[in-house]
Amino acid sequence: MTTNFFGDTAVLLGRSLRHITRSLDTVITTTVMPIAFLLLFVYVFGGAIDTGSDSYVTYLLPGILLITIASGIAYTAYRLFLDRQSGIFERFQSMPIARSSVLWAHVLTSLVANLTSIVVVVLVALLIGFRSAAGVPAWLAVAGILILFTLALTWLAVIAGLSAKTVDGASAFSYPLIFLPFISSAFVPTHSMPGPVRAFAENQPVTSIVNTIRDLFTQQPVSTDIWIALGWCLGILVLAYVLAMAAYHRKIG
Amino acid sequence: MTSQHVQAIHVHGLEKSYKKLKVLRGVDFDVAPGSIFALLGSNGAGKTTVVKILSTLLKADAGTATVNDFDVASHPANVRESISLTGQFAAVDEILNGRENLVLVAKLRHLKDPGAIADDLLRRFSLSDAAARRVSTYSGGMRRRLDIAMSLIGSSPIIFLDEPTTGLDPEARIEVWQAVKELTEQGTTVLLTTQNLDEAEQLADRIAILHQGRIIVNGTLAELKRLLPPATVEYVQKQPTLEDVFFAIVGSQGDDVAGDDHGNARMDN
Repeated sequence: MTTNFFGDTAVLLGRSLRHITRSLDTVITTTVMPIAFLLLFVYVFGGAIDTGSDSYVTYLLPGILLITIASGIAYTAYRLFLDRQSGIFERFQSMPIARSSVLWAHVLTSLVANLTSIVVVVLVALLIGFRSAAGVPAWLAVAGILILFTLALTWLAVIAGLSAKTVDGASAFSYPLIFLPFISSAFVPTHSMPGPVRAFAENQPVTSIVNTIRDLFTQQPVSTDIWIALGWCLGILVLAYVLAMAAYHRKIG
Repeated sequence: MTSQHVQAIHVHGLEKSYKKLKVLRGVDFDVAPGSIFALLGSNGAGKTTVVKILSTLLKADAGTATVNDFDVASHPANVRESISLTGQFAAVDEILNGRENLVLVAKLRHLKDPGAIADDLLRRFSLSDAAARRVSTYSGGMRRRLDIAMSLIGSSPIIFLDEPTTGLDPEARIEVWQAVKELTEQGTTVLLTTQNLDEAEQLADRIAILHQGRIIVNGTLAELKRLLPPATVEYVQKQPTLEDVFFAIVGSQGDDVAGDDHGNARMDN
């Protein structure tokens, strides 16, 4: 079985990547909202927000990238749900293939689709004045954190896609994730928030991830935030993976 | 019924409940190699549950089932090597085109030259013209034909067809019947579920009726007919059925049906 794992995953990955390239509108809808937030906050609200940094675009971008990923993974859940609905999921499960390759194909597709969206959003940010003098190692670190974050949320999406009963249910789980950056250091510094909100904002995953990416972009020394960020991402990833696999084994009997 | 150990499918005492609902209450039947076996029953009789257990998608609560001599519970991987499932809803990829769907399955079955296999099946199922079109544009009959074609890839010795003609128009139904008949000519064993009596009569070597979680009758069509009171002769004016009218108007299953080379498929054997 495991001997076929990579081959089967590659074949199924080819299939779902075709779904992406043939419905590019999903990449567009994934990026429209984050780009709208980016423009809204830079050109409308940004003037009234004092972040203490030179460029609000640069301050804002890390949070916008996380929102991009959070809205992108909704499609992962959606595609998995459609596979279950259409019966093709059962067809794959009744075939002599490495069974987990069905999930891995969706996970890798999610990674490719989200990284594409990220590139689009970063290009828009560059157009409206985002600049970073960060070197290759810093960019690689940013990419690594974003990939880890995408994988963590993708496995959450797999749980939703496997257990949802309706199409709406399959994507609704992502709304709180999209909203989470608003109550973090992504848009405004947390010290302006009232006590309990500030406590929440400073101790939820987004803040540490945003702070780390921001430090990397602005060539500041990264604080201990990077360890907290990695801890959150890995923790969510492992937990979501275990739960997703449990849901999968319940599903395929 | 032969009691030798050469059955393609052997089911004994199969039980399955969903929560408190008892769907199967001890199902027994055997399917001989190379035959078409119809599992007949109304909606909710448990036909799909039987198929799902036999295709390793679901675990039984009690009882045993072997497929191609492999136990479904202890050797699911061997069972999957032996079967092909055509589920209740055409399990095709809507975004891919017809040819890509076939190539996908051929690749997953690790066959050589998936393209040639796909082209051959497209021809056999009169889908060559639609090969490059997205499946989302296909009619119900075309979808089902593609679905069955996908199940033929890899020449599995045993094929499960779960209500293969539900929701199809009469022409498409006859096309599917023709495809199923061709299967057994190659020695494939077919387990078919249906709620259509006519379908069971047309296709099956043996028919079992699943009712309230049990097989209540199991035999050949001739045997089942013998269960009824002897035929009496009555003179009744034969009215054309709506199906006769339909085919008379549409021009039967003739040449004007686009891409249909399974012409006069109304089999009377």
